[in-house]
Amino acid sequence: MALDKPYKDIPGTTIFDAEQSRLGYHLNQFCMSLMTAENRARFKADERATLDAWPMSEDQKQAVMARDLNRCIALGGNIYFLAKIGATDGKSFQQMAGSMTGMSEEEYRDMMIAGGRSIAGNRVIGEDGDAQAHRQPQGRAGRTGRA
Amino acid sequence: MARISASVYTSHVPAIGAALDLGKSGEPYWQPVFKGYEPSKEWMRTHTPDVVFLVYNDHATAFSLDLIPTFAIGCAAEFQPADEGWGPRPVPVVKGHPELAAHIAQSVIQDDFDLTIVNKMDVDHGLTVPLSLMFGQPAAWPCPIIPFAVNVVQFPPPSGRRCFALGQAIRKAVAAFDQPLNVQIWGTGGMSHQLQGPRAGLINRDFDRDFLDRLIADPEGLSHQPHIDYVREAGSEGIELVMWLIARGAMAGNSGKDAPRVVHRFYHVPASNTAVGHLILENT
Repeated sequence: MALDKPYKDIPGTTIFDAEQSRLGYHLNQFCMSLMTAENRARFKADERATLDAWPMSEDQKQAVMARDLNRCIALGGNIYFLAKIGATDGKSFQQMAGSMTGMSEEEYRDMMIAGGRSIAGNRVIGEDGDAQAHRQPQGRAGRTGRA
Repeated sequence: MARISASVYTSHVPAIGAALDLGKSGEPYWQPVFKGYEPSKEWMRTHTPDVVFLVYNDHATAFSLDLIPTFAIGCAAEFQPADEGWGPRPVPVVKGHPELAAHIAQSVIQDDFDLTIVNKMDVDHGLTVPLSLMFGQPAAWPCPIIPFAVNVVQFPPPSGRRCFALGQAIRKAVAAFDQPLNVQIWGTGGMSHQLQGPRAGLINRDFDRDFLDRLIADPEGLSHQPHIDYVREAGSEGIELVMWLIARGAMAGNSGKDAPRVVHRFYHVPASNTAVGHLILENT
């Protein structure tokens, strides 16, 4: 009998379970390698060559080079590991988190200061909250894109 | 005999550590956060324990995907602040209490909690930010600290039930230690927050308020709350809150007349992506 995974119906959310962890093993371990100044410098000097030393999929490498964190997560990345890439780039956790919403840094920061994202409409896929798939990207980017 | 006198609960947002380390704590954005911890530091000045048993989670720092212990107890003599990618935090080395840590490990393993024993490990913001919030910026931490790391990175973390029962086993272990030590247990992480995906930035004040109320008055009932409620209502990283149940389980009274006394309660949104929650409970 299959395991119960009730968290699969939360919008805009990927739970890093054993299945995701297996998919992302090498991607996440690459991120761990960025915890030394020497490896951060090597990565910055030649991203492609550094990534090619890891048995990651081409999709994973492209997602890293594009700094597309949503894609990295879909391919098995976990935010605490991916944060090492952000740290290498000099980004804060807030900049990283915000980048996954489509909002500008300022828009995301303002949302947090105003009390954060509301849970209303964001509990289950199919509601109408701002984290739902049909409302991406968020912020000005979304208003322009859907206009 | 050793005893657990009080428990402290707090978020461990890395940006709080960065704000302190970079001298930004007086900025308007951060002022309300640090103001909420002023009474805590005042209380701590007269209630500094002999040992802190600090429950936290490692954030892909000491533990990569090579090794994912559900419960890991730090038995070393000292633990270095880790380089998490921004360079190590400029905070004192964490001195452990190997004797008490080894005693607790032996006791709770015999009570069926299969801990991983760690004799070498760096500690990240999950452990050092709570120390900074409670002790400020001293040249050395005022007491030994036993790091106790819980896996909340790879799902599933331990259940609330398991965490609460582990706390009870830790309480029993401490009471059986043959030195008159005053021990505090701290539970850290949370409150509501999500750091990933289009739902990043989620905050759920109602959930957080209810969690604090129940942690004080009905921890046993709260311990039955399933994982899905945490991740759906409090965000994918809000599940760190299960760790607070370990500290609460180690307190004397779980309800009624012997319930612990609330010394301080504080809540603020935001610190970076996160709701900051904080509570101090004293055994009466």
